Amino acid sequence: MEFVLFILFAGMTLTGAILMVALHNLVRAVLAMILGFVGLAGLYLLLEAEFLAAIQVLIYVGAVAILVLFAVMLTQRVSDPNAPVNNNQAWLGFTVALGFFGMLSAVFAPLKWPSLPEQSVSTVENLGKQLIGPYAVPFEAASVVLLVALLGAIILARE
Amino acid sequence: MDILKLIYDPFGSIGEGLRGLLTQLLVQSLGLPDWTVTLIMLIAGAGFLVAVATVTMMFLTWLERKVIARMQDRLGPNRAGLYGILQPVADMVKLFTKEDITPSGADRVIYNLSPMLVVLPSLLVFAVVPFANHVIISDLSIGFLYIVAIGSTSTIALLMGGWGSNNKYALLGGMRAVAQFVSYEIPQVLSVVGVLLLTGSLSLGRIVYAQNYVWFAAFQPVAFIIFLLASVSEANRTPFDLPEAESEIIAGYHVEYSGIKFALYFLAEYINTFAISVFATTIFLGGWQGPYLPGWGALLPDWLWFLLKSYAVVFVMIWMRGTLPRLRIDQLMNLAWKALVPLALVNLLLTGVGLSVMQVFGWKLNDFTVFPSLAVFLVLNVLMGAGFLAVFKPAHLPKRKVVLVSRSRAFEVTTTFTGR
Amino acid sequence: MLGDYAGVGILLAIALTVPIGGYLIAFLLRPKRPYALKKQTYECGLETAGDTWVQFKIQYYIFALVFVVFDIETVFIYPWAVAYQQVGLFALAEMIVFIGILFMGLAYAWRKGALEWI
Repeated sequence: MEFVLFILFAGMTLTGAILMVALHNLVRAVLAMILGFVGLAGLYLLLEAEFLAAIQVLIYVGAVAILVLFAVMLTQRVSDPNAPVNNNQAWLGFTVALGFFGMLSAVFAPLKWPSLPEQSVSTVENLGKQLIGPYAVPFEAASVVLLVALLGAIILARE
Repeated sequence: MDILKLIYDPFGSIGEGLRGLLTQLLVQSLGLPDWTVTLIMLIAGAGFLVAVATVTMMFLTWLERKVIARMQDRLGPNRAGLYGILQPVADMVKLFTKEDITPSGADRVIYNLSPMLVVLPSLLVFAVVPFANHVIISDLSIGFLYIVAIGSTSTIALLMGGWGSNNKYALLGGMRAVAQFVSYEIPQVLSVVGVLLLTGSLSLGRIVYAQNYVWFAAFQPVAFIIFLLASVSEANRTPFDLPEAESEIIAGYHVEYSGIKFALYFLAEYINTFAISVFATTIFLGGWQGPYLPGWGALLPDWLWFLLKSYAVVFVMIWMRGTLPRLRIDQLMNLAWKALVPLALVNLLLTGVGLSVMQVFGWKLNDFTVFPSLAVFLVLNVLMGAGFLAVFKPAHLPKRKVVLVSRSRAFEVTTTFTGR
Repeated sequence: MLGDYAGVGILLAIALTVPIGGYLIAFLLRPKRPYALKKQTYECGLETAGDTWVQFKIQYYIFALVFVVFDIETVFIYPWAVAYQQVGLFALAEMIVFIGILFMGLAYAWRKGALEWI
């Protein structure tokens, strides 16, 4: 059962990713990207990371995708069928992506993954305790990063 | 079977009966594994939920038309059936038999997919709501976060509908709907964090249990108002119905939809309306629990308390629609970002302070020490509300000056009147 | 934990039958007589003029940007809120700093007019 679900979600993610780079229509490409995001959320769920799965849907589908869609709607050639899918760096990009994939496989393949403890604990609660306790400084740093992101976004958007 | 038990706990007794029957049939006679019974029970529960949601939607359309009509001194639907109660059925038959028009130049795939996708999240959010004691599809530990996450996907469907129709107004409506949803999601989510602080859990089941003594609406009146306003705005209901403003952008993202596709949009909208009242009931009004007064809790069955509260909130929303005029877009955005978001953040911090006071004294939510803590929270909320009203003066709205003049001078006065 | 989501999956499957069933029934019942004029996009009774694409206000994008930042902030607030009772005063101090920094961001956006719908 879990394997079937894994194939389903992995298929969703890959289909979304491939369609996203292959489609001419920009809006459809973004929608394909959303399909990929949802598939990824499903994969997180299979890994028993329900908080992360919910965040994936909330942030990526509910916020980032909206941002990208708005950006796409602002461009003039949204649904131009003659719009080029590739630019002249396509092969370079492909090579870099392949290299990155190779590097990740090389790192992860020999790794021994620890298995989950049998009785699962409430992940959100644990996460909160970790955030307040040992990881308090990164937590506050995150707020500074968010602040910088906000300032940068406003300055960029006003240019 | 005991009749009284059937009335007070229909889901429990029918569920038990069904489970017993299925166990006998499947496990003992056919030798199937145990989980088949659970599976069939879940399917039955989900099917029941979807059926109830659809019927509720039909009932709500009738209720809203009737109540609005009464508020406007009309009769409302009164032809089909008693008091026009069959009107939604007639509407449904009509919508099923309407021709389906796809505008030329529409993006067919997106255009047809959008009404489907708009219905799904509005039905899915009910999975984590406890409708009565133990009556819940699955009490996820991330409960409220699940609702927010699933709910936020509906924006994509709206934007798809607006874009796929190949219509300027539809696209504009879709953009407006998303911008508005996005702006009001922040205060909505932040207002609930106060409740999460008090409960220490995201699970809606546990949120309801935590309100055993006092409903959170009493602990968090300011948050309750923020939540209600933001939710109403997210559902695009009057007075926040700019994305669907008929008089401005000819009904927005669903202009081009007809027949069943329009019906699906309509379905999603009314289910969302009901969902808001259900969440407000669950999170702030004690869910399926009766008020904590001697003998009151057992006065009515759980599910009836739940329905009563939900419909009370629905009535408030209809009332708002019957009373308030539509906001302007700049007012809408100002309300979200300059009033509700700061207020929700302050509420969050003050709830933290109040909770610290509770911890210092060792007060708890689930015994009689709840009442002094309630007093602390009420004081904090009154202070917050008063401070907010003192700081937030809607300076952009020019005050209308009414001058009484004689009829002969009326012309001069109207020329000097410069209000917007 | 995955078992908890079985209910959600089943609800999704059953919820899917509503739109699909609706499409099917309507497909069987409805008339189909399209012609070019009927398929024109509606535009206040006049003939449709120009392209569907119109120049949008940049404000939509700015609000979406601000929203993304605040959405991520709420994600940080959730685990904090759930664990708050077990940690106590230190958590409060930490959150005052966290929210204070974000208040600065909101104030900056406010002052720079990013929250203004012109």
